[in-house]
Amino acid sequence: MGEKVIERFELKYLQIVDEAGVADPSLISSFPDGLIKKFFEAIVLTRTYNERALSLQREGRLGTYASVYGQEACQIGSALALEKGDWVFPSFRESGVFLTLGYPIWQMLRYWKGDERGMKIPRDINIFPMSVPVGTHIPHAAGAAWAMKIKGHKNASLCYFGDGGSSRGDFHEGLNIAGVLKLPAVFICQNNQWAISVPRSRQTAAKTIAQRAWSYGFEGVQVDGNDVLGVYSATKGALEKAKKGGGPTLIECFTYRLDDHTTADDASRYRSGEEVKEWKGKEPLVRLKILMQKKGLLSGEYEKTVNEKAKALVDKAIEEEEAYPPSEPEDIILYTNSSLTPRQSREIKELGWQK
Amino acid sequence: MAKINIVQAINQALREEMERDADVIVLGEDVGKDGGVFRVTEGLLEKFGPARVIDTPLAELGIAGAAIGMAAYGLKPVVEMQFMAFSYEAIEQIFSHAARLRNRSRGRYNCPIVVRMPYGVGIKGPELHMDSSEALFCHMPGIKVVVPSTPYNAKGLLTSAIRDPDPVVFLEPARLYRAIKTEVPQGEFTLALGKADVFQEGRDITAISWGAMLHRVIDASEGFDCEIIDLKTLKPFDEETILNSVKKTGRVVIVHEATKYCGLGAEVAAFLAQEAIMHLKGPVARVAAPEAVVPMALLEDYYMPSKERIRRAFEEAMKY
Repeated sequence: MGEKVIERFELKYLQIVDEAGVADPSLISSFPDGLIKKFFEAIVLTRTYNERALSLQREGRLGTYASVYGQEACQIGSALALEKGDWVFPSFRESGVFLTLGYPIWQMLRYWKGDERGMKIPRDINIFPMSVPVGTHIPHAAGAAWAMKIKGHKNASLCYFGDGGSSRGDFHEGLNIAGVLKLPAVFICQNNQWAISVPRSRQTAAKTIAQRAWSYGFEGVQVDGNDVLGVYSATKGALEKAKKGGGPTLIECFTYRLDDHTTADDASRYRSGEEVKEWKGKEPLVRLKILMQKKGLLSGEYEKTVNEKAKALVDKAIEEEEAYPPSEPEDIILYTNSSLTPRQSREIKELGWQK
Repeated sequence: MAKINIVQAINQALREEMERDADVIVLGEDVGKDGGVFRVTEGLLEKFGPARVIDTPLAELGIAGAAIGMAAYGLKPVVEMQFMAFSYEAIEQIFSHAARLRNRSRGRYNCPIVVRMPYGVGIKGPELHMDSSEALFCHMPGIKVVVPSTPYNAKGLLTSAIRDPDPVVFLEPARLYRAIKTEVPQGEFTLALGKADVFQEGRDITAISWGAMLHRVIDASEGFDCEIIDLKTLKPFDEETILNSVKKTGRVVIVHEATKYCGLGAEVAAFLAQEAIMHLKGPVARVAAPEAVVPMALLEDYYMPSKERIRRAFEEAMKY
């Protein structure tokens, strides 16, 4: 009889490199120089792509676009922890993930221009088309992980969503199923503090998003989302655990969306310039460069080569994208199902769309 | 050949498809140990084990969403929604993802899931256990909608639905589950989706229905020279069979248990107005539920199209 404590939890926060570029000496020791350079190259490529996408949008050469500026470490650190055979379920802001997986850049641009062919995923990349309805792809990641378990494949699924997505029923049902079935799934919440204009404090009364994992019976961890090494380490550990049958993990990457929600948004309506300025000081590239300088990994020549290579890749992709032949109107109907219904065939004819 | 009911026929189809194809799995609430609340999946857990016959948490959107991820990874999930109205939570998954996955990936991914659900009045169920919202699913491009009316076509259609590369909503008339027994061959057979049956030939009236209403129409047709069409696949429906019949009879009565407004009967009627106007002798009649939500058990008999209402529609049609 009486009252007693029957459960407690501890939540860990992980940061390997702080915003001043100072690294935890024991945690950094396992990172080879080559991997650190890979982080740098992927962040440069993502930033180059992102800046060009934004300017193409301003010039009217791209449709509404969701900038990834500020969140590169969350995406690149986690995507580089993936192994062949793992599957990725992205939301619409995951350019850094797509680029890190080697997704054709011209196709990414094509998608944002308004062409479904941009999400015709190449056969050798295990990623789902980006999910536009927020959080709705979380159960898909659970399902794929479930299929891996049923088929006895030692792989895992990795799902990306934001702080806004964590409020959805899909988050609850997806994570709950993953917990109950002990599925090999890793859920990455990029808590970028803003769901368009609604602040993180309006998404949950919980102190962190990571701690919500406990209610589903598995572990959560909060990581400095602007520390690419920290994100890599947390994701790698979670993926290994999942593949060993240890069940899912929720990783909250504590980060910040430095740009507007999309090019159709004006963030100055709802958040202060001071706040943005403060977060700019913590962004992922600055600290990584300081770290690399200290380690002697960032010569001027190397940096120049990386920048030029990224620029050349994106330039070439823009050319390829703009030279790509337009879709036929018939394509609107053609892919609805595996075969056309008599009515669809008639409609193609009536609309004068047959090739 | 053994006479079996619809519950047994569906069970047989599931069993045979699971034996044939290791990628076919069954998931839903109470489908394992309990065999489903209507016992449709009875014995499957014992035969195929808990990895392939899965009791899920109570989470319709989670179940549908997980099935989509499973399908993309190469499984063929057959999902059970306990009752049609319980699927409303899963509609976003079915509409926004299952229905669109093929199109939005330009054919890279298929979504071969089957979502089974009992539907319809006549089971004295509680609230939200007897909806008939087939038109909702028919309206969304990318989904096929199938409704069996006999044990024979329940087995053949479900087998086809499981093998189909596209998402199929498979509606099971709960009222018929154990109401009729017919001869059904053992062993696998398929019935093509998109094809209607001419259940009975006739010269004066084309009566179009599906599911439980087919049997009401058969009852009501006594004394009329009725051509009775069982639509079987609601999306895409078999335009050719309907058209050929209407060209012959010139009179049409459509019977369904969903409400009339934007019900599937409206689409069939509009199709006939466009394609068969010169063959019609009178207006296309619809016998359907009134513009009201499904009542609870004590009033359900008034809601469902009755034999008398169908006969009145036939009499009315014969005035032209």
